[in-house]
Amino acid sequence: MLSKKQARAFFLGGTLVTFLIFIGLTVYSLSKSQDQAHSENITEQVVRGKMLWESNNCMGCHTILGEGAYYAPELTKVVERRGEGYVKSVLMSPVPWAPHGRKMVAYGFSEDEAKDLIAFFKWIGNIDLNGFDRVVSPLAKEK
Amino acid sequence: MKYKSQKVAYWFFALSMLLLVLQLTYGFIMGFARIGMDGLHEFIPFNTARAVHTNLLVVWLLSGFMGAAYYIIPEESQNELVSVKLAYTQLITLAIVGVAAIVGYHLNYWEGRKFLEIPRPLDFLVVVNVLTFLGLILLTLFKGKRKTTTALVLSMGLLFAALLYLPGMITFDSQVYDSFFRWWVVHLWVEGVWELIMGGILSFLLIKLTGVDREVIEKWLYVIVGLTFLSGILGTGHHYYYIGVNKIWLIVGGIFSSLEPLAFLGMALFAVNMYRKGEKKHPNTLALYWTLGSAIMSFVGAGLLGFAHTIPQTNIYTHGTLVTAMHGHLAFWGAYAMIVLAIISYSLPNLTGRKLFNSTSGRLAFWLSNIGILGMTVAFGVAGVVQVYLERKMKMDFMEVQNEIQIHFVVLIICATLFTIGILYYVADFIKHGTPTDEALETRNN
Ligand code: HEM
Ligand code: HEM
Ligand SMILES: [Fe+2]
Repeated sequence: MLSKKQARAFFLGGTLVTFLIFIGLTVYSLSKSQDQAHSENITEQVVRGKMLWESNNCMGCHTILGEGAYYAPELTKVVERRGEGYVKSVLMSPVPWAPHGRKMVAYGFSEDEAKDLIAFFKWIGNIDLNGFDRVVSPLAKEK
Repeated sequence: MKYKSQKVAYWFFALSMLLLVLQLTYGFIMGFARIGMDGLHEFIPFNTARAVHTNLLVVWLLSGFMGAAYYIIPEESQNELVSVKLAYTQLITLAIVGVAAIVGYHLNYWEGRKFLEIPRPLDFLVVVNVLTFLGLILLTLFKGKRKTTTALVLSMGLLFAALLYLPGMITFDSQVYDSFFRWWVVHLWVEGVWELIMGGILSFLLIKLTGVDREVIEKWLYVIVGLTFLSGILGTGHHYYYIGVNKIWLIVGGIFSSLEPLAFLGMALFAVNMYRKGEKKHPNTLALYWTLGSAIMSFVGAGLLGFAHTIPQTNIYTHGTLVTAMHGHLAFWGAYAMIVLAIISYSLPNLTGRKLFNSTSGRLAFWLSNIGILGMTVAFGVAGVVQVYLERKMKMDFMEVQNEIQIHFVVLIICATLFTIGILYYVADFIKHGTPTDEALETRNN
């Protein structure tokens, strides 16, 4: 029968080994050669867009890359799906946007802010998502 | 209770009760918004309600874990807490940081990162607070007469939980990196170190309630937390499938996260077997209900419902849908909410000297809340599956699908009402116990 000492060795050993593999895989998958996100295209405008995305907690209603809340549409391919003009009018609308009854917060962003967010969405839209992009947007091309 | 300083625990539990009730209030705000009744939109839009709902959940659970530690560590290490005054200071600052964050969420002051919405300046206060807590617990443990496995596993869980908060505080320009390290906090908490906390509390409760030999219980505790890390660390990969990182995670995450339910199966078998084996019949049957209930419901919510969407081929369709919300509710409830309610049910009569543990209201609390949340899980689940089918298979528009599934949120609200009545019974029982008193001190014979 298993002794307490063996049980502890199993705990410590298993933890150490899987932890080291995890760190190794993290380093590997975040290395430059494995980049799937076109990180070189992250311009200052994209970063400003990301900051707006965060400081307004858009993720509290929407998902992006499949993460966030389930109250409002997934935005990963939104520019491709709707076009820039549509997205801009949603962002700049002074009254709550609610084409189907469910309300979005009326942020009333300025033109520049809307452009920053669109740049952010465009960068997101070009990430290689291992096939998920095809599921979330009917327009996404088969690869 | 056996040590005067254990009384501190009571006030952490009281804070938990208060925040739990608030959490549910914001749950209803979201539930009603989803059936078109969003009259509060101007003041509490959905994203505010959601951030408050999930953050209050995390804070009341943490407060419950801290209370559990303040109760368990003195008793296990046979030593009074090193400083009661500091413990109360820590409680008050925890409450202040919590309230400040919640108020901020109503004023558009937050970081839009799911579960980690607390703004950076407050993050630092959280760190100071948790360091104080850990200092008190670890000093008490190491100055104590004995260091049991139960106490060590519990403290290790708390320490690692604090360390893992830090990756969530790094700033990145890339959304992909942001998401990658957000999971070091969120996933490695609930499918890693929090399971150590749960295991520690569970083991303490089983020792007290069943009378089975400590050596036997603690041996199995090691096996369970061993399984947790063995599967859970690399299991993080199940969040990396579709966020824009290497495909290798589809294999690694798929295999290891599929093994994660084993740890929860272990908890359930462990608890039920120790109960069967035990000769002692502890009079606090209510605490036993919650303890066994937690072990079993965590297996259902985290183990079975987690497994249901963890394979990459399934997750590609369910990722970021209401299926996730279904699993999130039952997993948090079974594993962490119920274990906190179990330790409260066990310790409250000991702290206050009022042995109200065979009350009808106590049993109603248990059954109503559990039946209610199972109903909520089904409502979220049906809504989620229909959403996946219509939106991701049939390619229907998001909002059209949402209107199709609205009816399931009526069901959700009905079940949530049942659930909330159960919780209110629990809170009423908590209040009926009154406050802790030195008269409840037992003679030590351990
Ligand atoms: C008590 C333990 C657990 C809790 C509290 C829990 C809770 C949660 C929560 C809240 C989320 C949503 C997170 C977010 O999107 O930010 C989530 C996602 C997920 N969980 Fe768990 N979970 C637990 C255990 C498990 C286990 C054991 C498995 C697998 C066997 C699992 C599989 C998943 C998967 C695959 C997702 C991602 C869903 C998606 O792609 O949208 N979980 N969990
Ligand atoms: C009165 C009862 C409750 C109601 C009506 C309720 C309702 C909701 C709603 C509508 C959401 C948002 C889903 C979305 O994004 O569209 C949510 C999220 C969440 N709730 Fe609750 N809830 C209740 C109780 C609870 C309890 C007791 C727990 C934990 C034990 C809990 C944990 C969560 C979690 C973890 C999330 C985030 C899920 C995710 O992102 O996947 N809720 N809740
Ligand atoms: Fe996970």
